[in-house]
Amino acid sequence: MSTVQDVSTAPVVAAVPKKAMALGPLASLIILALLIVTPLFVKNFIIFQMTMWLIYAIAVLALNILTGASGQFSLGQSAFYALGAYTSAILMEHVGVNYALTLPVAGLVCFIAGFLFGLPALRLSGIYLALATFALAVAMPQLLKLGVFEHWTGGVQGLVVTKPDAPEILASLGLKVSQDMWLYFFTLAVTILIYIFSVNLLKSRSGRAMMAIRDNEIAASAMGVDVSLYKTLAFGVSAGITGVAGGLGAIAVQFVAPDGYTIQLAIALFLGVVVGGVGWLPGSLAGAAFIVFVPNIAEHISKGLSGAVFGVILIIIIFLLPNGARQLAYLAQGLIGKLRKH
Amino acid sequence: MELFTNQVLAGIATGAIYACMALAVVMIYQAIDHLNFAQGEMAMFSTFIAWQLMQWGIPYWGAFALTLIFSFVGGIVIERALFKPLAKAPVLTHVAGFIALFAIINSVAGLTWDFTIKQFPSPFGSSPFLGSQLISTHQAGMIGVTLILLVLLFIFFRYTRVGLAMRAAATLPESARLVGINTSWMIALGWGMAAAIGSIAGMLIAPVVFLEPNMMGGVLIYGFAAAVVGGLTSPLGAVIGGFLVGVFENLVGTYIPGVGNELKLPIALALIITVLVVKPNGLFGRTIVKRV
Amino acid sequence: MTAMLHVKDLRAYYGQVQALHGLEFELQEGSLTTLLGANGAGKTTTLRSICNMIRSTGSIEFEGKKLDNKSTESIVRLGIAHVPQGRGTFTTMTVEENLQLGAISRKDTKTIGDDIERMYAHFPVLKQRHTQQAGTLSGGEQQMLAVARALMLRPRLMLLDEPSFGLAPLIVRDLFKILGKINREDKVSILVVEQNAQLALELADKAYVIETGRIVMSGTADEIANNEDVRKSYLGY
Ligand SMILES: Nc1ncnc2c1ncn2[C@@H]1O[C@H](COP(=O)(O)OP(=O)(O)OP(=O)(O)O)[C@@H](O)[C@H]1O
Ligand SMILES: [Mg+2]
Repeated sequence: MSTVQDVSTAPVVAAVPKKAMALGPLASLIILALLIVTPLFVKNFIIFQMTMWLIYAIAVLALNILTGASGQFSLGQSAFYALGAYTSAILMEHVGVNYALTLPVAGLVCFIAGFLFGLPALRLSGIYLALATFALAVAMPQLLKLGVFEHWTGGVQGLVVTKPDAPEILASLGLKVSQDMWLYFFTLAVTILIYIFSVNLLKSRSGRAMMAIRDNEIAASAMGVDVSLYKTLAFGVSAGITGVAGGLGAIAVQFVAPDGYTIQLAIALFLGVVVGGVGWLPGSLAGAAFIVFVPNIAEHISKGLSGAVFGVILIIIIFLLPNGARQLAYLAQGLIGKLRKH
Repeated sequence: MELFTNQVLAGIATGAIYACMALAVVMIYQAIDHLNFAQGEMAMFSTFIAWQLMQWGIPYWGAFALTLIFSFVGGIVIERALFKPLAKAPVLTHVAGFIALFAIINSVAGLTWDFTIKQFPSPFGSSPFLGSQLISTHQAGMIGVTLILLVLLFIFFRYTRVGLAMRAAATLPESARLVGINTSWMIALGWGMAAAIGSIAGMLIAPVVFLEPNMMGGVLIYGFAAAVVGGLTSPLGAVIGGFLVGVFENLVGTYIPGVGNELKLPIALALIITVLVVKPNGLFGRTIVKRV
Repeated sequence: MTAMLHVKDLRAYYGQVQALHGLEFELQEGSLTTLLGANGAGKTTTLRSICNMIRSTGSIEFEGKKLDNKSTESIVRLGIAHVPQGRGTFTTMTVEENLQLGAISRKDTKTIGDDIERMYAHFPVLKQRHTQQAGTLSGGEQQMLAVARALMLRPRLMLLDEPSFGLAPLIVRDLFKILGKINREDKVSILVVEQNAQLALELADKAYVIETGRIVMSGTADEIANNEDVRKSYLGY
């Protein structure tokens, strides 16, 4: 006997209006200009931090596609990030592939891995899916340490990755570009490509199908949406993009090791999505900024209590801005609108 | 064969830890439909309180009782201050809230009591239980306490008015309000009870894993796994799940070659996921048919 | 007789949609009043507003106390029992537990056992099934359980939303007889929403007709039953 009862379907995410998923052209241009100009005026270390910021933004965006668009929930993104990082590192160091070319491979490998993982995950939802992905994240560092792969992965020691130089053509043009600066602009270009791809993906038929599933799975399947296909596809795409971020991360940090990709990374990416605003792609930048900079700020405020300060900041954000940075953007938009009228 | 029996026994002994934690997990899940990621940290903090009380010279059972009260009240306070305002927020916001709570408790405990490991006494001693080298009196006591807790919870939910009201509020909040149940306080009560049960788990686990701020990390994952295997809605399921996970983990470590301590956890988790894929509501969970 | 329930200028909203547009009515102490209206007229919404289960404005007074800012559970504790549309059965619990839940907010716990026996006397089928999971009862049995559960509160006022829904005609007669008896003997005032207008009007002493969120007609049950328009649209002859 099974009891039929109405499941209180508190949505995983509050429904997000479709057009709200991207930014207007003017705002996009302003942000782009800032991203291009700022590194010209800051120290190398800060440029490196900005590179990491962009890389995490890509990873947060990837999770945002999974959660914001298809309504699935993952605490296991660090596993795909790790897979991407190792793919790039192994290709560069063992096979000698050019760093830029390793990224599509990392993306593809992770896309396939994500798609395959998405298949059994199909049967799970909500808490169960969270647990399954969580398990994946916990398992990944252990798998990377396995003796069988040690020749390729370097085992516990990990692999050192060579930092790429700026192309010589720039030097011959008389531009002196440091390695950090070059990597930053390279990352920025990849970020822009992925952002444009994602925005278009969400606008496409597939994107609309995913959102229909997010809003009401049963209704979507009644409308003829192939729920299994799009749910696994969302997993695949999200994992693929995360893999690219992982590859970039390996190149930027010049090092991969199992303990760099623990569950903490997965949690950080998850928080990035919440802080940035679920389902709002530009929020990924804000979410990533939270991940990269807030722990530093917390450390700065109180060394012994940095964890507590981090927690308190997070709580304040949740309480004041339950919809994350998106809410802030709306407030700003409203304010600008008002100012214009006057 | 003897190896097998021994490993099963040892598995039951560790399983008691997971069972205890899983009970606390199920309590909160029943009340609010969420897995509390900070549950382990709350238990760890309670255990430190007990330790501190004993350092101040209070005998074990006195410290035990005071810690129970402290945890119960603490659980209610956390719910009122932090999670009641979030009641209508999406699931993701909740999870973020749990993570924040995790970070805060862990960091405060670390600052107050530092990260060196501390001995925590067991009221049952640690001599071999009935002459067996596999189960110590402490582990036997732990299994006993878990079973007693289970019986008490059963009686509470089955035969008391408050227990009945809590069940009603958990299954159908709207109907519960219509018979005059203050569902919001039932949730707070659920938090209080979960925190108290968690504190018992912490105090029983601490003699085995030693007391330090990160002591619950691994245990909580197993506790989740146990609760999920048990179906998340049934205290009995949680306890059985706990023992199953414990036994399973031990057998995997013994019989599958090349599985060291490092890989036990991933393999246990992978198999639990397999169970879930085959039986999405756990072994003892209610089947719920979804409606649009 | 004094008015027990006063409803003035009641407006209720589902999100942006307004469902009630300034509804006014009252219910005398000891009376059995019925609310009639087509599907979607706002009958359920009215009952839900009384128990503050949806966002509404206006004033609702019960025995001189304002209900506007009270929570659902504290309104119930004042002695207003609500049998919701769809019954609200606790399907995973036993029949007896459902009855006990009906009395969960009562202070006089000693007499609960006797009351359960009284409910079994009213509805013998519930006694036969008392250890069974409530979700396994038939629809009609669940409806009886819902009424019995509401009575377990020993309410001063009972709000019933389509109690006859899903019941066989014969059972409906029985149920209404019991309601009449409870109304007369136990002095429970009743506000009942019914699709079966004829039966409701036979039983009730007072009636209101709702149309798109407004009261369009009121009077004694006889007056309403003899009204030409009502006969045409609700009684069908
Ligand atoms: N949850 C809801 N969300 C939006 N609108 C609603 C909701 N519930 C009811 N309504 C609307 O409010 C109006 C009144 O509904 P209500 O349920 O009160 O009608 P009713 O008189 O009880 O009808 P019935 O006889 O079919 O039960 C209807 O127009 C209905 O569409
Ligand atoms: Mg209705």
